[in-house]
Amino acid sequence: MGGSSVAQPDVRLRMYRQMLRIRLVEEAIARRYPEQEMRCPTHLCIGQEAPPAGVSAHLEADDLVFTGHRSHGHYLAKGGDLAAMLAELYGRETGCAHGKGGSQHLIDLDCGFMGSAPILASTISVGVGAAWGAQMNGENRVVVIYFGDGATEQGVFHEAMNFAGTRRLPVVFVCENNLYSVHSAMDVRQPAGRAIHELAPPHRVAGLSGDGNDADVVYDLAAGAVAGARGGEGPSLIELATYRWLEHCGPNDDTALNYRSAEEIAVWKARDPVARYRERLAEEGVLTDALDSRYAAEIADEIEGAFGFARQSPFPTPDALARHVFPG
Amino acid sequence: MERQIRYVEALREAQAQILRSDPDTYVMGLGVPGPTGIFGTTKGLQEEFGSDRVLDMPSSENAMTGIAMGTALMGKRPIFVHMRVDFALLSIEPLVNQAAKWHYMYGGKLRAPLTIRMIIGRGWGQGPQHSQSLQAWFAHVPGLKVVMPTTPHDAKGMLIAAVEDDAPVIVFEHRWLYNIKGPVPEDMYRVPLDKAAVMRAGKDITLAATSYMTLESMKAAEMLADLDIDAEVLDLRSLSPLDTDTLLDSVGRTRHLLVSDTGQEEYGVTAEVMAVVAERAFNALAAPPRRIAMPHVPTPTTPALADLYYPRARQIAQAALEALGSSRTLPPEDSADTAWKDAPDPSFTGPY
Ligand SMILES: Cc1ncc(C[n+]2csc(CCOP(=O)(O)OP(=O)(O)O)c2C)c(N)n1
Ligand SMILES: [Mg+2]
Repeated sequence: MGGSSVAQPDVRLRMYRQMLRIRLVEEAIARRYPEQEMRCPTHLCIGQEAPPAGVSAHLEADDLVFTGHRSHGHYLAKGGDLAAMLAELYGRETGCAHGKGGSQHLIDLDCGFMGSAPILASTISVGVGAAWGAQMNGENRVVVIYFGDGATEQGVFHEAMNFAGTRRLPVVFVCENNLYSVHSAMDVRQPAGRAIHELAPPHRVAGLSGDGNDADVVYDLAAGAVAGARGGEGPSLIELATYRWLEHCGPNDDTALNYRSAEEIAVWKARDPVARYRERLAEEGVLTDALDSRYAAEIADEIEGAFGFARQSPFPTPDALARHVFPG
Repeated sequence: MERQIRYVEALREAQAQILRSDPDTYVMGLGVPGPTGIFGTTKGLQEEFGSDRVLDMPSSENAMTGIAMGTALMGKRPIFVHMRVDFALLSIEPLVNQAAKWHYMYGGKLRAPLTIRMIIGRGWGQGPQHSQSLQAWFAHVPGLKVVMPTTPHDAKGMLIAAVEDDAPVIVFEHRWLYNIKGPVPEDMYRVPLDKAAVMRAGKDITLAATSYMTLESMKAAEMLADLDIDAEVLDLRSLSPLDTDTLLDSVGRTRHLLVSDTGQEEYGVTAEVMAVVAERAFNALAAPPRRIAMPHVPTPTTPALADLYYPRARQIAQAALEALGSSRTLPPEDSADTAWKDAPDPSFTGPY
């Protein structure tokens, strides 16, 4: 699996545009968050745009995505509705979960985005179950499950991989390894010299890894994993090296906290997945300045419209409080 | 005047004194030594006591709880910290099946002196998976002691007592108490793990409460005082064991009971307290007891619904008037106050 899939120019442009869109959406949220109208914990994914762009390039609308707390990019790349996401952050009735979930609980069933939940690793087993259910139903769906390096320390990650491997389920586990779990570096959490992707093969899950800041690399790795899952070859885990630019939760730079060095942050920012891809596509003649400007302008319009929609939407009315506790 | 410090500082001081006084103690949890140190409660402790005694851990609440318990069997006295009780749910098996029972089921031969700090809270869109208040679950399990200190004084004294106790003790701390200031002695003192506290003496109605709801009950008592009603406020402090003597004594005098809790109403702390009073002081009651807690609904994230979800002093005072059959009415709420009520104080600007 992997190693030879090169995206066509139109696919590469779509991946670039998607990364740019995720970046600009997250930046807009960060700018407006201090207005205190998005009153929910919000984990931004600036710096981590390549994994969802590269993985989603292989997914059909009826493939499913499950994820954790840092989910905006996964949601948008799978085709999640931006306006409904922002309305959710603003706690409005028109939000994708009618305001009940906030940033940590996004959902868009129309595009197969099955849900995000912030209890670490908790959606991993649920995603594996969805893949099993699809298999039971004879459906040819692939399930992608995103999580961070920290989530792999939970027992349920290992238990769910064991089952996926046993049943040869159509799952692609995507681990975005950004080196930190909140403020904790790897050395206090995981054994030195053991990579996360190495945990997969003992469970009969293919283990892949690569540069998670390079959309072409992600695309290539995901090509094999998704095709393998779709073709009945069973599950894969892709470990992607990437980096979170902002604080763990919230809109700010957190260099001052000193749990990671300013040098380290600078090194990773120099490996900006969006800028590097822009340069590469420009050099290779795939992306022109004019097209890039057009993308930026279109996205800016979309973002402005979505914020406008969210901010003008009504809040849920009091009768919504007790609604949805049980299915009606 | 006695020294005044905040709840968060009282917790930090308690842990520093525990670490200093007993070399077998250690503090462990996700982010314990980190730059923000569990909302400040463990900040700087690693610098003073070293990384063998103040430790981070993998995100493995289930295994690490059993591991902490194993060290406790070997003579250590761990303090295990969960930033949110929702995360502690992964540790239910080792806590409930193992730690709670090893002393009993091995005929008293083993003890696991484990202290577990579980933080609860509310507000700023913490929502369904970051703001539950599940103390009743743990209080339901024989073998676990469960306490909920409300004041900085009790936060320090009960944490020290918890660590010195040979049973597993769970200490529930509410985030909205962290900035509350109060008198805290500098020495290493203990507050018993089985005694309620009368926060305000009164003769007309007993407002029994847990944790943050004790503060709301104190505010309610002020509102009632303006209507010439003299409420007694009882901070339950410990759920297991429950101090039924103090409770029954108070209700025996006031003949009215209103219980409030930070958790869900149904099958919760308020249910147990009312059951004890109904069973053992039925004849003392002049009116049916009342309770104020969270509705049987998961926590909504949007402030528009969260503001309706959480009961406040006004609801307590209103329910007290009803319990007393009083025709007096509370003054209208300040309708100019349209700000969301999802932050503990105005200085808080999110996110958690
Ligand atoms: C069971 C559980 N324990 C602890 C937490 C608190 N927590 C939220 S995010 C996080 C770090 C997760 O790190 P990682 O999985 O690497 O994802 P990242 O934030 O780096 O994207 C932690 C510990 C949680 N949400 N759930
Ligand atoms: Mg991480």
